[in-house]
Amino acid sequence: MSVNVKLPTILRKHAGGEARVEADGSTLRELLANLEGSYPGITKNVLTGDGGLHRFINVYVNDEDVRYLGSLETELKEGDTVSILPAVAGG
Amino acid sequence: MTREFTVDEVQRYARHIILPGVGAEGQRKLLDAKVLCIGTGGLGSPIAMYLAAAGVGTVGLVDFDAVDLSNLQRQIAHGTSDIGRPKVESAKETLFELNPNVEVVTYDMLLSSENAFEVLGPWDVVVDGTDNFPVRYLVNDATQMLGKPLVYGSIYQFEGQATVFLPGPETPCYRCLFPQPPPPGTVPSCAEGGVFGVLPGIVGTIQATEAIKLVTGLGEPLVGRLLIFDATTMDFMTVKLRWDADCPVCGKEPTVTELIDYDQFCGIPSRGE
Repeated sequence: MSVNVKLPTILRKHAGGEARVEADGSTLRELLANLEGSYPGITKNVLTGDGGLHRFINVYVNDEDVRYLGSLETELKEGDTVSILPAVAGG
Repeated sequence: MTREFTVDEVQRYARHIILPGVGAEGQRKLLDAKVLCIGTGGLGSPIAMYLAAAGVGTVGLVDFDAVDLSNLQRQIAHGTSDIGRPKVESAKETLFELNPNVEVVTYDMLLSSENAFEVLGPWDVVVDGTDNFPVRYLVNDATQMLGKPLVYGSIYQFEGQATVFLPGPETPCYRCLFPQPPPPGTVPSCAEGGVFGVLPGIVGTIQATEAIKLVTGLGEPLVGRLLIFDATTMDFMTVKLRWDADCPVCGKEPTVTELIDYDQFCGIPSRGE
């Protein structure tokens, strides 16, 4: 099942500079594992040491924060867009 | 009593006064408004300049930094001859040139838990254009505790974020979005990461738009939605931003009840970005 993934600038270096990539996964956890397989290092700052989600990086499925869906167990459908959004402070 | 426009004001604000949705009533609200800009750098420049041009009666500027040559690629309130001057002084001059009727109040200081309530207290709307996490959390917490609306905007390299946080129960604040700052070392500063020069112009102008909407009551504010902008793909997307009942500041059982000075990290040493 193919899902669109929007990458923030800070993670694009792991994906050859691409802003959007496609990856497979029926849950967010599976998707992130597959992303890591294709682009080693890309989830290092998204997942905590014990495999949870950091609180300073949000993940959205379409326009909803996965914290209000099923977190890493959020189910994904063909054509969903997953967006990764880090806290940034520049001004 | 209804305030009468002067001859200069009728001409200066003519395009607002004839604009349905703003009109004379909206323009009077702008003239009576007090809006505080935190930071006079990349975001703060267009924010303060558009507020002054729009006729916001009193504009506050907070910045402790001085103008540096490397700022001028994006911080359009400052010019080459301003290098070395305090940013608030340089910006004040730019605002007077745009609109001499605006009262400008400057705070040449670093915002901290010691002075935040005093500085933010007199203002109707606060606009966050700072460049570091400690001040962003401080401004969020202080505006929530003081019950003031906060127009948030933030940038990194080619990407920007913007939204509006309102006081009161069951509306989201910055800590509902990101409960805690990232640990030191995980997020590079503008000085380390670079910043696309026009990006703060776009995001700051969105913040000025929202501040003017809040003052005039025009349209629907960017509340409960986070705008995410990517200059490389020219994508604007909005995602839902929900109130978090467990939020440490505005949740049901707040755990942050006084202002915190987080250790300076990631925005340093270039806090004037």
